[in-house]
Amino acid sequence: MFSRDNWKEIFETIQKNKLRTFLSGFTVALGILIFVVLFGFGNGLINTFQSFFEDDAQNLIFVFPGRTTEPYKGYKSGRQIEFDNSDLADIEKNFSMFLEYTTPRITRGGLVSYKNESNNYSTRAVAPSHQFAEKTIMMKGRYLNSLDIKNKTKNAIVGRLVEQDLFGAESAMGKYIDIAGSAFKVIGVYQDDGGDDEERRIYIPYTTRQLIEKNTDKVDQLIVAFKPELGYAGALALDKSLNTFIREKKYISPEDQQGIFVRNVAEGLKQSQQFAGVLQLIVAFVAFGTIIAGIIGISNIMVFVVKERTKELGIRKALGATPKSVIGTILLESIFITTVSGFVGMIIGVSMLSSFGEKLKDFFITDPYIDMGMAIGATIVLIFFGALAGYIPAKRAARIKPIVALRDE
Amino acid sequence: MGSNSLHVLKGINFSVEEGELVAIMGSSGSGKSTLLNILGMLDELDEGSYDLDGVPIKNLNETKAANYRNKFLGFVFQSFNLINYKSAMENVALPLYYQRVGRKERQEKALKYLDQVGLKEWAEHLPSELSGGQKQRVAIARAMAAEPKVLLADEPTGALDSTTSYEVMDLIQKINDQGNTILIVTHEPDIADMCKRIVHLKDGIILEDKKIKQVRASEYV
Repeated sequence: MFSRDNWKEIFETIQKNKLRTFLSGFTVALGILIFVVLFGFGNGLINTFQSFFEDDAQNLIFVFPGRTTEPYKGYKSGRQIEFDNSDLADIEKNFSMFLEYTTPRITRGGLVSYKNESNNYSTRAVAPSHQFAEKTIMMKGRYLNSLDIKNKTKNAIVGRLVEQDLFGAESAMGKYIDIAGSAFKVIGVYQDDGGDDEERRIYIPYTTRQLIEKNTDKVDQLIVAFKPELGYAGALALDKSLNTFIREKKYISPEDQQGIFVRNVAEGLKQSQQFAGVLQLIVAFVAFGTIIAGIIGISNIMVFVVKERTKELGIRKALGATPKSVIGTILLESIFITTVSGFVGMIIGVSMLSSFGEKLKDFFITDPYIDMGMAIGATIVLIFFGALAGYIPAKRAARIKPIVALRDE
Repeated sequence: MGSNSLHVLKGINFSVEEGELVAIMGSSGSGKSTLLNILGMLDELDEGSYDLDGVPIKNLNETKAANYRNKFLGFVFQSFNLINYKSAMENVALPLYYQRVGRKERQEKALKYLDQVGLKEWAEHLPSELSGGQKQRVAIARAMAAEPKVLLADEPTGALDSTTSYEVMDLIQKINDQGNTILIVTHEPDIADMCKRIVHLKDGIILEDKKIKQVRASEYV
């Protein structure tokens, strides 16, 4: 069936029936092209969507203090709640098996200057693990470490834009900047995907901040990172027990809406995952529809091709073509055309996708791509169904008596 | 496609010897084409028997019928039935393709037969570039290419003017002179007279079966 002679016969037929070849080839190529591009765009949408959430870690619970609105256990309402180092230590002790890391955060605004340049920046006093919570990326130098915390060093990590503002073309590394009257040595410069604001911050050790503020042990916020394997339900449960734990410790009524605030990133994460899931579903549905449309298209053309060739097939049969060779001729021709044009369409689609890259970011499509296995798989599916769609009419044509086929005009 | 059955042939009993040139005559509807199609295994018989070169032709599956057609029979049709996207030579070579003859040999043989029908120079032309007579000669060359035992021609001159018809008949007579068995269906008496035997059909039975003195077509050309 696959002799050189057969192929030659098929190539001749293809060459001499250009319209037919073009029609079926075009259908398949277009089907695959649209499939690849649509699927790629879908993935690009998902990429964009995920990048909205990628700026910070996804396994965080933030705890903010508030002012109580209800009296509880002898405490009056209207009491300002404050956290201190021991709160974080207690949380770590009681929930250690659920936690990845914790960090306090003390945020202060203020004038920061270097030589003649100065500007207002917010300074965050944090623990070293804050780097993971904020996904801070170090460009130069290092982040804060445990020695900085222990020794209460006056080291600072500045954002990329802080360096640009204050130092211009110079490097900030090793220089001393003035933060609200204290000199800090710049030991690192970072970048952050969260936008310009996030790169206009300065990080210092929280112990140093506490020392400057009259050796207090107060902290603004508690950031608790849970183990990702807890999952959404686990995170919600932890969130709840953490809430209860702190309320008990700080004597806040369980009914008090204002005493403390607990924000769980997992909630947003879950929504984002759901949204991405729905997107994926829509994309899969559309892509599936495209493939079905392609299959119907190629089936139509195959039926038409066989119909058009009925008389020719009758002649061939009168000259001694066996049913097998009739089916073989039609099938090999269709498989050959669909394979070539399918892969041409696929390659055009894939190269189109890779040429888009960031260009469609305005339309929320970032780096559209398609898994090569998926693209090839879809092409093979289309080829297979094209062959199947050709086989049925071919088989019927092979069964028609030559005399009937010859009468066909 | 009609599935209505029609009783066309109602008892035909005749045999053809090797080397004969037989005309099957009759008005339309007399069953002459049906008879030819059964002889050509293009159609199936419901009752009776048909032996070709000592081989009983019955209960053939499509593959077997195709092989027999390829080996035993050559067809010439009224409407030529050339494949329109193939050149004259490729058309002639087609039965050889189904005999699994190699490409080179196929082309040589095709050229040889095209030469016999006087169309060697037209080998590369498409059917649409040929006249009616030329097309029929290509079709005859194609029928001969497989070197069949019997040549079956269904109104081979039906679509041709008289001069061309005689040319084609001249060719058929020459092929017959070489010892080939030929059956021609026709309703034209002058064409029938150029054969060696005339079988008259009417309403599905043989009315008359006679040997005649052949009129040579070359006298008219």
